[in-house]
Amino acid sequence: MELILSLGIGVLAGSGVWLILRPRTFQVIVGLSLLSYAVNLFIIAMGRLRTGAAPILAGREVGDPAHFADPLPQALVLTAIVISFATTALFLVVLLASRGLTGTDHVDGREPEQ
Amino acid sequence: MTGFADHLMIAPVVLPMFAGATMLALGGEQRRNVNAMLNVAATFALVVIAIALLRTADAAPTGVAGVYRLGDWPAPFGIVLVVDRLAAVMLLLTSFLAAAAIVFSLARWHRAGVLFHPLFQFLLMGINGAFLTGDLFNLFVFFEVMLAASYGMALHGSGPARVKAGLQYIVVNLAASLLFLIGVSLIYGVSGTLNMADLAARIPAMHTGDRALLEAGAGVLGIAFLVKAGMWPLGFWLPATYAAAAPPVASIFAILTKVGVYIVLRLYLLLFGDGAGASAQFGGEWILLGGFATVAFGAIGSLASQDMTRLAGFSVLVSSGTVLAAIGMGQVGVTGGALFYLVSSTLGLGAFFLLIELVERGREPGADVLAVTREAYGEVDDLEDSNEVGIAIPATMAILGVAFIGCALVISGLPPLSGFIAKFALLTAALNPPTGAVPNANWAMLPVLILSGLAALIAMTRAGIRAFWASPDRSVPRVRLIEVVPVGALLLLCAIQTIEAGPIMRFMQATAQSLHAPHDYVSGVLGPAAERPKSLMGPT
Repeated sequence: MELILSLGIGVLAGSGVWLILRPRTFQVIVGLSLLSYAVNLFIIAMGRLRTGAAPILAGREVGDPAHFADPLPQALVLTAIVISFATTALFLVVLLASRGLTGTDHVDGREPEQ
Repeated sequence: MTGFADHLMIAPVVLPMFAGATMLALGGEQRRNVNAMLNVAATFALVVIAIALLRTADAAPTGVAGVYRLGDWPAPFGIVLVVDRLAAVMLLLTSFLAAAAIVFSLARWHRAGVLFHPLFQFLLMGINGAFLTGDLFNLFVFFEVMLAASYGMALHGSGPARVKAGLQYIVVNLAASLLFLIGVSLIYGVSGTLNMADLAARIPAMHTGDRALLEAGAGVLGIAFLVKAGMWPLGFWLPATYAAAAPPVASIFAILTKVGVYIVLRLYLLLFGDGAGASAQFGGEWILLGGFATVAFGAIGSLASQDMTRLAGFSVLVSSGTVLAAIGMGQVGVTGGALFYLVSSTLGLGAFFLLIELVERGREPGADVLAVTREAYGEVDDLEDSNEVGIAIPATMAILGVAFIGCALVISGLPPLSGFIAKFALLTAALNPPTGAVPNANWAMLPVLILSGLAALIAMTRAGIRAFWASPDRSVPRVRLIEVVPVGALLLLCAIQTIEAGPIMRFMQATAQSLHAPHDYVSGVLGPAAERPKSLMGPT
């Protein structure tokens, strides 16, 4: 499980960084999305990996916190998802505006000279 | 937690939020005049609130005006807002700049695009929240509120130049936000807390293995803030964005870099101050060297820039680089001087961004580039006009010229305005350390400060000569009173800072003292029983 998760984070982050460094705005936005997925998984991993554990105390009895998943990273990741979703949507609008104003999808607003 | 005074602490966040939301509810663009009045009222109310908070913080013996526990949950579990001297002074600085920018924008700029007023209030909400929060994750949330509003503001007025600069600004800041999250989650994973004061209390007793991870987390977190502060080599986005932004927006953006600087100052001294055990001064030399490199880059850039907006953008870099270098020295006196410098240079830059647009208004676009070309080819530009001796300078140009000289004095640090006192205080403190022997880094501060001031002076003089004396074909710009008054008011604040330098400097030194000995901050947030059992070391 740890191996799969860390491989997943690594692949997502690696592809994200590669795409961010590309010159087309669409590649950049996909790269940012992949990076934010990697970061979200990373936040979850920082709460220690547990399978099948409830995030909060279940039932009426006072349980041992060791049996439960840490709820805080899950709350953090929820906030992070919402924020990155909103900023990605905003970036899409800017991307379209840039495409419309400059007629190219290069991040510099003009094609490099050959 | 019942009195009016207690709830004043959360007002700098709540007031802009409600003001912005009300403007949206009123119908955004259809009622622009109502929105403008609301915006002005809310911003000036912020000035009053910030002054009240500053007085409370200064009167409090510990320097902590109060801790606002949301929902009255005790500190490490609930969310807290903390008002201490540093937060209060940053709030006041923000509200001054905001008031000047909003009055300036009423003349014409608020009509250049949609939803200027709500975005302005949301920007203020994010900035104020970032100054007040005592919690790392809330810092992220407020940072994102601030950034999201700033994306909209940077694009205010639209046009290819703004969209291109805004696109790059958004990408850089989104990537920095992701680094922010990685840093925060690493720190949480190691220490089990996100509360800054709790974190400061836990770091000294941390195991060696955990310490490495914590420092890695803090380093990643630091990079996110240094991108915002514009430290070399993370600040290449800054001059282009600031040059392209609408003038009132650029003026309020002068405080955005200082938000990054503020958080570096706060977290570095809180988490890695002298009391942090083996982690003390972690990363200090990087902040110091990065600060020097930023000053050098900014100074060279301002000498090379061909128009005034880019010059102002590079001056922002010089300003934040100077403060960063001073933070990296880690001495109480230098930090106090740096705080004085931060206030003075931010006010000066805010005024300069507003002034540039007024000066440039009467000139054809690209006049500066033409002037540089003429200089380069040794062409004398106005031989035919030489018989027109004796034409008086129009009053508008005279006023703008005086304001320009004021900005130049503050930014380059010449007497008699506050920039000089700030640099003098920095150098005096750096060359008279309490230990006696002057470290090499402090000696390095001397040429860096003086040469950067000289570079700023040369660049400003050249820009001023081109704008006021040497342009043969300019018309006198139409300038309205409400556009000159904000510039004058910001410069007047610099003058007040000069006249009242004694009390203000004592305040800044007291602020620096409490930053370097954060015991009062920690016990203020966590309650008197700050000595917590050391066995609570987070999830294992």
